[in-house]
Parts: sequence; structure tokens; C-alpha cells
Amino acid sequence: MDRRKMLGLAGAGAIGAAAAGVAGATLIDGATHPAQAADAGAAIPFYGEHQAGIVTPAQDRLHFVAFDVITDKKAELLDLLEKWTMAAARMTAGRDAGSIGAVNGTQEAAPDDTGEAIGLPPSGLTLTIGFGATLFRTAEGKDRFGIADRRPAALADLPRFAKDTLKPEISGGDICIQACAHDPQVAVHAVRNLARIGFGVVSVRWTQLGFGRTSSTSRGQVTARNLFGFKDGTANLKAEDTQLLKEQLWVQQGDGAEWMTGGSYVVTRKIRMLIETWDRTSLGEQEAIIGRSKGEGAPHGGKAEFDLPKFDAKGADGEPLIAADAHVRLSHPDANDGARLLRRGYNFVDGSDGLGRLDAGLFFIAYQRDPRKQFVPVQTRLSRQDTLNEYIRHVSSGLFACPPGIRAADDYWGRALFA
Amino acid sequence: MRTSALIAVSAGTAAALTLAGCGDSKDDATTPGAAGTSKIAVTATDTECKVEKTETTSGPVTFTISNKGAKVTEFYVYATGDRIMGEVENVAPGLSRELIVELPAGTYETACKPGMSGKGIRGGFKATGDAKPLTDDAKLAQATQDYQRYVKSQTGALIDKTTEFVTAVKGGDIEKAKTLFPIARTYWERIEPVAESFGDLDPAIDAREADLEAGQEWTGFHKIEKDLWVTKDVSKSGPTADKLLADVKTIVDKANTVQLSPLNLANGAKELLDEVATGKITGEEDTFSHTDLWDFAANLEGSRAAIAALRPVIEEKDAALAKTLEDKFAAAQAELDKHRNGDGWKFHNELSEADLKALADSINALAEPISKVAPLVASK
Repeated sequence: MDRRKMLGLAGAGAIGAAAAGVAGATLIDGATHPAQAADAGAAIPFYGEHQAGIVTPAQDRLHFVAFDVITDKKAELLDLLEKWTMAAARMTAGRDAGSIGAVNGTQEAAPDDTGEAIGLPPSGLTLTIGFGATLFRTAEGKDRFGIADRRPAALADLPRFAKDTLKPEISGGDICIQACAHDPQVAVHAVRNLARIGFGVVSVRWTQLGFGRTSSTSRGQVTARNLFGFKDGTANLKAEDTQLLKEQLWVQQGDGAEWMTGGSYVVTRKIRMLIETWDRTSLGEQEAIIGRSKGEGAPHGGKAEFDLPKFDAKGADGEPLIAADAHVRLSHPDANDGARLLRRGYNFVDGSDGLGRLDAGLFFIAYQRDPRKQFVPVQTRLSRQDTLNEYIRHVSSGLFACPPGIRAADDYWGRALFA
Repeated sequence: MRTSALIAVSAGTAAALTLAGCGDSKDDATTPGAAGTSKIAVTATDTECKVEKTETTSGPVTFTISNKGAKVTEFYVYATGDRIMGEVENVAPGLSRELIVELPAGTYETACKPGMSGKGIRGGFKATGDAKPLTDDAKLAQATQDYQRYVKSQTGALIDKTTEFVTAVKGGDIEKAKTLFPIARTYWERIEPVAESFGDLDPAIDAREADLEAGQEWTGFHKIEKDLWVTKDVSKSGPTADKLLADVKTIVDKANTVQLSPLNLANGAKELLDEVATGKITGEEDTFSHTDLWDFAANLEGSRAAIAALRPVIEEKDAALAKTLEDKFAAAQAELDKHRNGDGWKFHNELSEADLKALADSINALAEPISKVAPLVASK
């Protein structure tokens, strides 16, 4: 049953959600830009050639979860993947997680949906699954499910980057699910129900909540800001760049593991920002570190956000307008053999850290065709040279192979991988 | 802005309905309800407890409690001798909660407890008719009999071991008392859901220091635990020890005469695992002695005993669930057995985060299928 139809709230609930979305956009944009969340309540199709939640215009909220698989029985894992796919199809359409629902069952039974999304619209929920290297072979070298030879070469472990301060307990994982929605409660509801369906087969390894998308993945969206106060993801890959998406985002036939054709690889990095020291840094220095103006987001030497950075332009003093170690220069495709990423990160604030500092930063998410040629070279350069490193710490890392989309109701997540 | 938002939203609803066809199509037809239950509204204020009807037909009864007062309230249905048939706690001002109880024909008392204390505002209540209780089913009747026999065996040992423990405390033998503490508690923890049905006695025996509110007197096992492990002085613990034994004896008398329903068994099996998940894995239960794993083992055994009693019923109605439960009990026990130490267990603070996570996973894996037992037992 449709969550809203059930309560007869279709009108009221929807207006509330849409209005909240508009208010959020207004806050981000200082009330001068067009609002972009008018369709915040709508459903995003679950079925398709590619998984939703990648080029889907980035929603406002994130709940990301990484699981460890705790069974050695392949049949149990496949059964779970099938159940998850059914529940995901239902929840992304704005329905209860199970076929009985949150309040329609018998009084003696625990409901098969947890209920906190009753009355809420689909809210643009997308659920995107990925498989980590340890699913193919555990850290101890065990091939639990007979799929070690199906591990794509592109799913190579990330190298250790300079200044990494990764915590193993919030890194990696056998399976990840990215839940994005315009309403945080809808995203949390989805992850909570999937985790519950998985008890006994998977165990939650770590999760991350995010708000305020920090990237736009469509030209219809304005560029949002990260917690440093800068626009983030101006030069992002966008849904409209059809040819670039083929070259840079989607795994193509012949790339390697056949089951990944039409899929993409996601890298996650939890990047703690040392907010307090950044906030004491002068505007001039902040802009020099990034290489763009804080207000408009224009590259130094340019006027508007989308002006192309002129890396060889020099100022009156003969120094480059965009510093040699500016973030925009080091991460730009020109400096990285044309490598691009589809970034889809979110801000996070996990309370404070006990020393009175905000435990805050950017949960970086980037999709790509081959991390060995994209994320790894870019991050290698950034980790060595970026002045921004004084203000950030990478504390968690993940790499997952996200298979292509589900094309029919009898297909399920991972079927081609395990076939 | 609102106009365009509305249009976009109704388009979204249409998309949702269309997409629904891609999932399973049968679910709109399956909406089992709790047919045949009588519903009674209860309006609670700080001074009144208005029960819409004071007589109903026997069988499942649904009370809907609306708190119109300023204090948090509770609602109870008592049988003779203040035996709790059902209760709903923590009804905040302005909120409504439901309570479903199975009431055989007989006389009862209802009670609202504004401020959650005292005997409450009582009223008479009567159930008439011949709705047959679930225990009329022969297999279910056998199950409750089997389980009650188990309760009896545990209560006997509980009195014996609590007596030994209390004697050691009063005799000032700290080492012996420390050894006996987790052992006496084992018999308590195996049957705790039964004990909890007697309301105020459970906190008198088992309240933790963190459970108390300002000015509340602390008695029971955990008070003595603190004396043994922290203050290391039991010279003033005598009265607490005497009261503990007296309370245990009272509760044992009640437990041995209470008539349990099969739903009590199923829900009790689940509650014991909830106890493990919330109190034992976190080390909150025995925060001074760190003997949580004794309680963990006892909760698991108690849960298993209740499910074992129901086993013929589960087997008949859902053989696959019976098998799953057996496997998951074995897996949880195996996970726990990794931490054996002689006749007992390792202390909670000797376990690593990874050990505790593995234990939590095994309990989650077991508790989800166990939550399916109650509806199975209730189904006709």
C-alpha cells in the first residue's frame, strides 16, 4: 500500500515536504537563486539500465551504510540480495518495506515495516548498492562465495595516500548501500529497514549521515557549498554530459569483469574538516588555497563560476593567479590526464569531538569508470601537494563496485555477479 | 512557488503508483486485521481514569489510552491479587497508546497511574462470555504446562542460591559472596520476564543504580554488588540482603501460581534477548562486577527453554521457522561459548569490541525469527 494513500495525507504531507525542500534550497543560495526542489516529493524510478542515485540530480540528504557479510553460505546471501531488491523497489516508490506494512498486520506480530515513513512521499529516494573487495576474498584470503575470480581488476585496493589517518572500523566493508532522499527520515527509514532484513546475514559495519549535498550532478541544479563555505563540484561530471559519462563514469563492455558493464566504481572518503582553524584563516588565504573566489566561485582571473580556470595567467607581480598548489589546479582534469569524477558528496556534522570542536566535514563520494585511472592519481597528487591538507584529515575510506541497474522485476542486486 | 510544488508532487504520486506495478502486486489484497477484538477508550487525566465501558466480551480487548493530563501516566489491567494482565507504560501528556490484552471471563480492575507511581486510580472491570483462551488448544496447553514446570525448577534454585548469597554477605565473607553473586542471578535472569509481570517487585530486586530517580531508595542485587566490588564493605549490607531474600521469596510464590498464556512464553523469549541486547552486551547490567556474561548465558537459556516448550506448536505451523530457531540458538551459544572460563565466563571488560560485536550479531540473527513466534502462536 502507498504510504500516503493509507493515511489520506497525500495533499498535506506533500506540500510540507516540498515547502521544506524549497526552504532548504533558499538557505543554501542566499535567496537569490531559483529553487530547485519543487519535485522533492516525487519518486525516482528504481528500474533502469544504470542504478539510480549516481547521475540522479543529487538529493539533499544521505544515509550511507557499509555491511560485513557474516555468513559463509552463498544461498543465504543470495536470498538476502533478492529480499533487499524487493524492499528497495517498494521503498523507492514510497511504499512500505514489506508486503504487509507498518500497521496492517496482526497485533501479535512485529510489523514488516518500521513505520517512521508513514505519510511521507517517496522524496526522491534512491538506493544504490556496491560490492567491496572483501566480498570476493576476505582480508584473511578466504573465497567464501566462490567469486574471487570475478573481482574486477579496477576494484584494486586503494594505495595508502600521504597523511591518511584512516580508522579501519569505519572503512571498507563487503557491501555498501547509498540511500539518498530529499527527506532525511525517508533515507534513514530505508537503511534501517534494509539492515533489519539483513540481520543474521550481514552486520552493519559503519554508517554515515549527510546533509546539504555538496555537488550538483545535473545542470539544472545550482552548485552547493561545503562546510568550508565554498562552492563544491563546479567542474563535476553532470548527467547531461552523455559522451563524457561513457568515457569517465560507466564501465564499458571490454573493460574487464563482464558483470560490471553499465556499472560504476564508487570511492567514499570521510574527510574531517578542522573547521575552527579554517574559520580563523583570512578570506584572501582561503581563496588562494582553493583557487576560486568564495562568493561567486569564479576561478582567480575569471569572473563567473563556470569560467574555465586559466592556469597560466599571471598577476602584475608575475606570480600565477591560481597558485601552483591551489586545490582547483591540482584536482583539475588538465593536471590529471583529463581524469574526471562524478562527485556526489555530503556535508556531515557528527556532534562535537569532546574537545569542543565540531566533528564535521565532507563525506566525499565519487563515481567513476576506473579508480586506478581517476581517483587514485588525483588523490595521490592532492595528498602530496594540496595546501588544504592543513585543514582536513581523511578518516575513512571505501571502494565498491556498483553493478548496473535492475532491468526487470525478476532480476535482483548481484544476480549477474553470482550467476 | 506552492502552486508549482503541488503540481510536481501530484505527478510524483502518479509515478509512484505506476511503479508499484513492477514490485509484487498481491500486497494490497493482504491486509489482515485484528478482527473480533473489542475496543474501549480510556481517558486519563491527573485525577481521573475514565474507562468508556466497564464490561465487555471475553477474548482480546483493545484499550486506547489517551492522556489528557499534565503528568506522564500508565494504564494497567489487574486480575485478582493485582496480577498484571497487561500494562502500557510511559504515556506522555497529549498522546494515545494502545494496550491489547486477552481477558478470559472474570472480574478485573483497571488503573491509571498519573505520575507513574502508587496504586493508581482504580475501577472495576468485567469480561463475560465464553471466548476460549488460547490455552484450550491441547498443544498450547501442554506448552504452558511444560514451561511452568521449568519456571518452578528455576525458582527453587533461585531461593537456594539467593539464601547462600545472602548468608555470605551477612557473614562478611566477601570472596564467597562475590562468587555466588552471578550464580544466584543466573536463576533470576532465566525467568525474568515472568518476574517482571509482578510489577514493583522487579525493581526492588534488580534495579541498577542508573535506574533510580533522585531520592529513591536503592535495594536488591545491584546495591549489594556495589558494596562487594566498589566500597568493599558489607558490614551495613545486612538489611538489604534480608530484604532481597524476602522479595525473592514473595516473587517466587507468585511465579509458581501464575497462569501463563502461550503468548507470555513467546513474548518472554523475545524479551530475554532484548535484555541481552540492551543490558548485557553493553555491560550496563553488572557495571561493578562485570559478570554480565553469566546473565547473558542465563537469558539465552531462559529464552531457549520458552521456545523449547512451544516447539511442537511451532513445528506444526512453520517447520522452517523451527529449524531456523534451532540453528540460530546454536550459533549464538557457540559465539558465547568462545568466552568460557572454567565453570563460568570471562568478565565483560575482558572482551574486545570485536567480540561484543560478534555477540550482538548473533543475538540480532536470533531475535528477528523469534519475533515471528508470537503471531504464529496466536494464529488459528
